Amino acid sequence: MELILEQMPIVIRALNVGFIQTLKLFFVTLIGAFPLGLVIAFGSMSSFKPLSYITKIFVWIIRGTPLMIQLLIIYYFPGLVLHTPIWGGGEGGRFLAAAVSFIVNYACYFSEIYRGGIQGVPVGQEEAGLVLGMTKTQIFFKITLLQMIKRIVPPMSNEIITLVKDTSLARIIALQEIIWAGQAFMKGSQGISGEIWPLFFTAVYYLIGNGILTLLLGRLEKKLDYFR
Amino acid sequence: MSILEVEHICKSFEHTEVLKDISFSLEKGQVLSIIGSSGSGKTTLLRCLNFLEQPDRGVLRVNGETLFDAGDAATRQESEIRRKRLHFGLVFQSFNLFPQYTAMENVMLAKELLAKEQPDYKARKKEIHAQIEAQARTLLDEMGLSGRRDNYPHQLSGGQCQRVAIARALALQPDILCFDEPTSALDPELTGEVLKVIKELAVQKTTMIIVTHEMAFARDVADQVIFMDEGYILEQGDPGQVFETPREERTRQFLSRFTQG
Repeated sequence: MELILEQMPIVIRALNVGFIQTLKLFFVTLIGAFPLGLVIAFGSMSSFKPLSYITKIFVWIIRGTPLMIQLLIIYYFPGLVLHTPIWGGGEGGRFLAAAVSFIVNYACYFSEIYRGGIQGVPVGQEEAGLVLGMTKTQIFFKITLLQMIKRIVPPMSNEIITLVKDTSLARIIALQEIIWAGQAFMKGSQGISGEIWPLFFTAVYYLIGNGILTLLLGRLEKKLDYFR
Repeated sequence: MSILEVEHICKSFEHTEVLKDISFSLEKGQVLSIIGSSGSGKTTLLRCLNFLEQPDRGVLRVNGETLFDAGDAATRQESEIRRKRLHFGLVFQSFNLFPQYTAMENVMLAKELLAKEQPDYKARKKEIHAQIEAQARTLLDEMGLSGRRDNYPHQLSGGQCQRVAIARALALQPDILCFDEPTSALDPELTGEVLKVIKELAVQKTTMIIVTHEMAFARDVADQVIFMDEGYILEQGDPGQVFETPREERTRQFLSRFTQG
């Protein structure tokens, strides 16, 4: 016990650094996947059949294969198979590859949530807007959008909380996120080696992070409670 | 000159002909009731008038202006349709109020969006907004909803929702106000309060087309009645004639179901 207390400050400092990388990946993924998901959703709902088919096949592939495999392929395929490493070396390159994989993967999940949200708004809402002389754009932004957001908050919350934990998959390409930081103390780092507790301790970070998120998302849901 | 002239409107969905050669006209300030069994094409006709559907054939004229001519591509342009829609208002069976807006906001929204297109909007913003707000207040007062202005649709009864929807349609001052079975989603008690409001509009000489299953009301409020059956106008005339001495056997059949009660 005394030993752990002695190691604690060193471990916390290292885990904090890893957690910042985790958070970076989390936020970059959200910022990229929110709009990309909407684009994919409109693609799969397009009345232009070839576009809708291609989009649906793409979503099927991405949702049908493990994110870990996608990470490995996106990171290693250009360099090892095509002999044109596009990601650059070091942590920066790994982060870029991870961000691209996560954005594409999550955008596909988001697109299905968006689609459900948009199609869940009754047709009568659009028709009411049309007979009142509104344009399609006005109808989307003034009428449909908020009703859609209300519908998608609960399933979106689920995905967002899953994303926090999924960032740990980036460990597979050695991105120095929090799991990587915790594991380092098993092999030996900063005078600490053979210790497994720092790895276990990373769970606390996820738990706290998701606790805060759950509160925030619950608040948003409550805020949208004023209409039905 | 008639305010509305409908000539030879035809409309098919896939292989089903829903409207077959529909022609009628309506004078300003008059009320037209359209009756007929479900599936006879009444709703589709209203949707064609409001440009929610495009007829395959026929001509639509309001105040002498040709709004739609199936044979003239220029009148079918999407960009023009928005402006043409404003000649008509439509009150839906299921109200279709915007749930995220209060009664007031529902009535004001479309008018405010249209006002933004006025060239002098920026300069007179406050004044225009005050006008729109005052008008919405008056309309809701007339609908007997002065105490419900700030309520959201889910806080209102069906009858109150439908009256907000009527105020919302009136806010744009359409030439012709259409009702698509306005009381079909309401229980008898709430039906009464909505019908009362529509009768009041008739007294004020609002030009209206009302699709309804409320026979007594249709007869009472209308200057003209159309009986539709399988996409055709089977009978057309003043209410006394259509309800008392229908010419067609099919009309008699249809009406007998209601009078037997």
